[in-house]
Amino acid sequence: MLSHLRTMWLVFLHLFHKRETIQYPEEKIQLHPRWRGRIVLTKDPDGGERCVGCYLCAAACPVDCIALQATEDEDGRRYPEFFRINFSRCIFCGYCEEACPTYAIQLIPDFEMAEYKRQDLVFEKEDLLIDSQGKYPGYNFYKVAGLDAGVKEKGKGDNEEEPVDIKSLLP
Amino acid sequence: MSLLFYISSIVAILATIMVITRHQPIHALLYLVVSFMAISMIFLSLGAPFSAVLEVIVYAGAIIVLFIFVVMMLNLDKETALQEKKWLQPKVWIGPSILALVLLIEMILLLLEPPSEKMLVTVVTPRQVALSLYGEYIIAVELGGFLLMTGIVGAAHIGKHTKRNLHRFLQNNH
Amino acid sequence: MTVMQHIWIVLGVLFVLLNIAAGLIWVERRLLAMWQDRLGPNRAGPLGIFIVLADTLKLFFKEDWIPPFADKWVFILAPAIVVGSVLMSFVIIPFAPGIVVADLNIGLLFFLAMSSLGVYSIVLGGWASNNKYALLGALRGASQMIAYEVFMGLSVMGVVMLSRSFNLIDIVAAQENVWFVVTQPVGFVIFFIAGIAETHRLPFDIPEAESELIAGFHAEYSGMKFGMFFIGEYMGITLISAMTVTMFFGGWLGPAFLPPVLWFFLKTFFFIGLFILLRASLPRPRYDQLIEYGWKILLPLVLVNLLVTGAIALWLKS
Repeated sequence: MLSHLRTMWLVFLHLFHKRETIQYPEEKIQLHPRWRGRIVLTKDPDGGERCVGCYLCAAACPVDCIALQATEDEDGRRYPEFFRINFSRCIFCGYCEEACPTYAIQLIPDFEMAEYKRQDLVFEKEDLLIDSQGKYPGYNFYKVAGLDAGVKEKGKGDNEEEPVDIKSLLP
Repeated sequence: MSLLFYISSIVAILATIMVITRHQPIHALLYLVVSFMAISMIFLSLGAPFSAVLEVIVYAGAIIVLFIFVVMMLNLDKETALQEKKWLQPKVWIGPSILALVLLIEMILLLLEPPSEKMLVTVVTPRQVALSLYGEYIIAVELGGFLLMTGIVGAAHIGKHTKRNLHRFLQNNH
Repeated sequence: MTVMQHIWIVLGVLFVLLNIAAGLIWVERRLLAMWQDRLGPNRAGPLGIFIVLADTLKLFFKEDWIPPFADKWVFILAPAIVVGSVLMSFVIIPFAPGIVVADLNIGLLFFLAMSSLGVYSIVLGGWASNNKYALLGALRGASQMIAYEVFMGLSVMGVVMLSRSFNLIDIVAAQENVWFVVTQPVGFVIFFIAGIAETHRLPFDIPEAESELIAGFHAEYSGMKFGMFFIGEYMGITLISAMTVTMFFGGWLGPAFLPPVLWFFLKTFFFIGLFILLRASLPRPRYDQLIEYGWKILLPLVLVNLLVTGAIALWLKS
């Protein structure tokens, strides 16, 4: 009985505590930089698409909400012909970001993406692509890849040796 | 006030007829409650508010709820209704209804007789009820109390658990 | 009192009560939020008071569904009983000198009778729903409310002994010098506990018990029929608070700087707040614990209270 009264008194004292509520639309919450929200496709420092259309994100996605089709341009640089994410399915697990070998797909701290029509939640490539390098500024996949895709010549990348001259016998 | 009396009497009679003609026992009990309320209104119109309220508290509020409680747990359905229909052969109900009819005729004859004295309506206060219960009728109250006590002791005796249910692992050691 | 005056009182009481019952939707949600360090509804209108309107409109626009497996007429009857019985109980409450709907000389018994009829709403609602959870809720509700009605009736008998009347106006008048909460503290505590159980509010909301019975007896109800149960519950809270104030806290009595009606409402709102605080702070006991607590602790206690009160009253008289 006494403990009940004590509980009631302690609960009553909560009247004078600080409110925990954040008045959302007026007052925004400070999200962490690694918060997993909306998915974006980032770009290289020189403005090219990072995505190489390797399908790893689509394979990693547990709810199969990513659809894409890879293609190549005349330089041999791979890019997605279309890239489609159905956000009404997405569970924001971030596996696609982990799977991405080129840091192209990234989850950013933004969650305000409510729509009135479900079809509007299907984001195409132009909706996903942003003019930013996201969390990895300065990273350029084709600069470190051993491939000439119009960004740099073979063997001219950082930490990259010249290609082996297969016609020479010298070591 | 006499209009109130007649209205509630008619309601009581109608409700009671509904009680004995319902198939669904819960519906019958509901009509019984209505009948009790009507009777309580009759008490009220006769100037006995105390017994009127007691009628509602004790009968409508407690006893019928317990009846409903039991009926709810019995799971009565169409099968039992059919069974009951089979039991209710004319030879079963014809005897009692003749006796009841005789009683009804006697009552009607008594009612049709011119009243010897006018019925006096006086307000009975709780105080008077209490004084008569604990003064004039003390022995009856005491006897009633004994009876209830016996009932409680009997119920406690029947409801007492003597058999202990042990888990099968514990049965050997015990 | 002329007939017209009487009708005005009836209408006024009805108007105030229904508004209080609806307003309690907001009061309860706001207070609960405050006690849980939240803000509660604060969007619609000043301080969110229009949540009442929004909630009511929502209830009106919901589909009023009667399950095909339900017992139709009993199903419809049950929510009407809960509101009816509580509203009938308010008939005898004296809000201020002269403001009472019916000055019955058996007022207190009338209140007990009406609250005992309130059991039917739960029992019939649960049975008519033809749903096992609803039936379980109804069974629990019936046994709980019948049991606690006993203690409720017995706990106020001390007050009746001291004031020598069942009439609530006389009972308030008898508290002119000292409130009955001073002379009848045990009676007050037991009455209040029994009152919580009677209105099946938390922590004694065992017939509803969202976490075990998914809503108990009103699981199948929707739309305004559910709204009736909802409003009935709030009116029940108001009723028990008003009865507590009338019988133990001097009704309309209070220092003269405020009118008597205001004193009555202030005290009543204090107890309504206490009801909500109880909901915010205490967990629900198990069903058997509740019944055992009633019969094994409250019943002996209330009988001893009655005995001691009677003895002292006789001793003072002689």
